[in-house]
Amino acid sequence: MLMTDRERLAGEIKALAEKHGNCRTALIPIVQEIKQKYRKVDDFAMQVIADQLGIHPVEVYSVVSFYAFLGSAAHGKYIIRLCRTISCDMQGKERVMRQMENDLGIRFGETTADGKFSLEWANCMGMCDQGPAMLVNEKVYTHVTPEKVHEILEECRRSFGVHATEQKEVYLV
Amino acid sequence: MSPLPTFSTMAPEAGLKQAMSLSRPDIIETMKQSGLKGRGGAGFPTGMKWNFAAAAQAAEKFVICNADEGEPGTFKDRVILQEHADLVFEGMTIAGKAIGARSGIVFLRGEYTYLRPQLEAVLDKRRKQKLLGKDILGSDLEFDIRIFMGAGAYICGEETALIEALEGFRGEPRNRPPFPVNTGFLGRPSVVNNVETLASAACILQKGADWWKATGTANSTGIKIFSVSGDCEKPGVYEFPMGITVAQLLKEVGGVGAKAVQVGGASGLCIPASQFKRIIAFEDIPTGGSIIVFGQQRDMLDVLHNFLDFFVDESCGQCTPCRLGNRKLLEGVELLREGKCSMAYLQELCALGDTMQIASKCGLGQSSPSAFLSVVKNFREELMGRTYSHV
Repeated sequence: MLMTDRERLAGEIKALAEKHGNCRTALIPIVQEIKQKYRKVDDFAMQVIADQLGIHPVEVYSVVSFYAFLGSAAHGKYIIRLCRTISCDMQGKERVMRQMENDLGIRFGETTADGKFSLEWANCMGMCDQGPAMLVNEKVYTHVTPEKVHEILEECRRSFGVHATEQKEVYLV
Repeated sequence: MSPLPTFSTMAPEAGLKQAMSLSRPDIIETMKQSGLKGRGGAGFPTGMKWNFAAAAQAAEKFVICNADEGEPGTFKDRVILQEHADLVFEGMTIAGKAIGARSGIVFLRGEYTYLRPQLEAVLDKRRKQKLLGKDILGSDLEFDIRIFMGAGAYICGEETALIEALEGFRGEPRNRPPFPVNTGFLGRPSVVNNVETLASAACILQKGADWWKATGTANSTGIKIFSVSGDCEKPGVYEFPMGITVAQLLKEVGGVGAKAVQVGGASGLCIPASQFKRIIAFEDIPTGGSIIVFGQQRDMLDVLHNFLDFFVDESCGQCTPCRLGNRKLLEGVELLREGKCSMAYLQELCALGDTMQIASKCGLGQSSPSAFLSVVKNFREELMGRTYSHV
C-alpha cells in the first residue's frame, strides 16, 4: 500500500471514529464501514482503529474475526451468500450451489481471481417461505433456481465495465 | 404478503396516546395484567421485565429492540418491520415512558440491511410528527431511537450477547445474573424485547389487557405471529391464538399429512404426527413462532444434520458443553447416517445432550440438543441400522 493510501485510510478511520463517538461502542460500526468501502480490514486498518479507540489491536482482531459479516480477509465486489438452513435446503439449495460453483469456477468460501465474486454460506436469512434464498451484497433474491443463477451473475457483471452506470444496470434488468 | 390482521386494525398511535395519559406504574400494571410473554421464544413476562427496569435506579436507561431474528424458520419480525414498523417504534416509546428511558436502540441483523432505509424513513417521519424526540405529543416525554446493524451472528439474538455486540465486543453471552434490566447496555438498566413483543405491547395499551387476555390460554395469552415454512401449500406469516393445536395449524397452512413439525426452530422440538393434538403455548410446546413442516419424504437424519451444522457454526465457542457438544452430536448424526452407531453410543449421545441442556452457559447451548433428543426419541426406528444405500 502506498504511503498516501495509508494516510488517507487513517484519516477516514479517524473521521469515522469521531462520527461514532470515539469509544468502544463505535468499533463495529467503524469496521462495517471500512469493510464496505475497502472490502477488507487489514492489519494496518486494525492498528489505526485500535489507536483511535485506545484499545489493543488484538481486541479489534478478536471482534473482526468473530462476526460472519466482518472478517479481515479481502472479499469480492459482490458477496453472494446462499442460505443453507433447513427450509432453503429442503427447497433445493444444493443444486443452486452446484450451478453457482460451476458458473464462477470457484467453491464456496472462495473469491474469483478477478476479485469480482465471493461465494459464502449464510445461516437462515429469514426468507424461509420463499427459498432457496440468497443475498448479493444487500439485495435479496428469492425462489432462486439453477437456471436463474446465470441471469443473476450477468446482472452483476453488467456493472463492471468502465462505461457501466447505475442507470444502465437498471435499464438492462 | 398480506398485512397481519390484528396489527392492521390498530388505530395509529392510539396506544402511545393512552400510555401518555397513564402513570408509569399504570402502564406496567396493564402489561402485567395482559399476561404478555416475550415473543422471541423464551417467554419471560414482559410486564415483570419492564417493572424490574423501572425499579432500577440509574442516570440513564435503554430500551432495546431485538431484531436479530436468526432462528431457522423464523421471518415474522422481518414482515412486522416491513409492514408495521410504526407499531414497533410506538411500543418502544411506550416502554421508554414505562421504565424512564430516553434512548432506544433497534438491533437489526446484518442480513436485513435492506430494511434499514425504510426504517430510517419511518423514524424520520415520527420525529417530524413529534412522536419521537423531545416533548412527544406535547408532553415532557423525551425518547429517540437509533438503529444498530448486527454483523452476522445468530448468538446475538441472546440478549446479553446482543449487548456485548452493541458495546463493541464479541457476541459472547454474559453470566446472568446480573440481568440486563439491572446491568445492561453500558452497565445501565436495559429492557431487551423482541420486535413482536413491542408491537404487541402497543396493541395492548390501545385495546386494554382484557382484550388481549380474551384470546389464548391461561398461561399464554393473546395472539402469536407464526412463520410457517417447509412442506406445506401455503408457507408464510400467520396470526393464530396461543394454544392452537399442531393439527389445526397444519390444516390452516395446507400441511395435512405431514410426517413431523419442527416447532420453535432448530432449537425447538420435533413433533411427530402421533402428537399433533398437542397445543402450541408455553404450557406445552413453547415457540418463538417458527414452524417448519416436514413431509413424508423427509429423512429426519438430514434434518438433524442441517440443524447441528448450524449450531456448530453459530456456537460462540465460549463454553465447552456447547462448543464441543454440538460437534459431537453432529459426528453422531454422521455415524447414524453411515449405519455405524451402536445403541450404547446413541444413549451416550443422549446423555451428552442432557448435560448440554444443564451445563451450557446460555440459551443456545441449552436448547441446541432439543431437536436431536426429540428426533431420537420419536423416530428411533428410522435412525438405527442404516445400510449404505441411505447415505
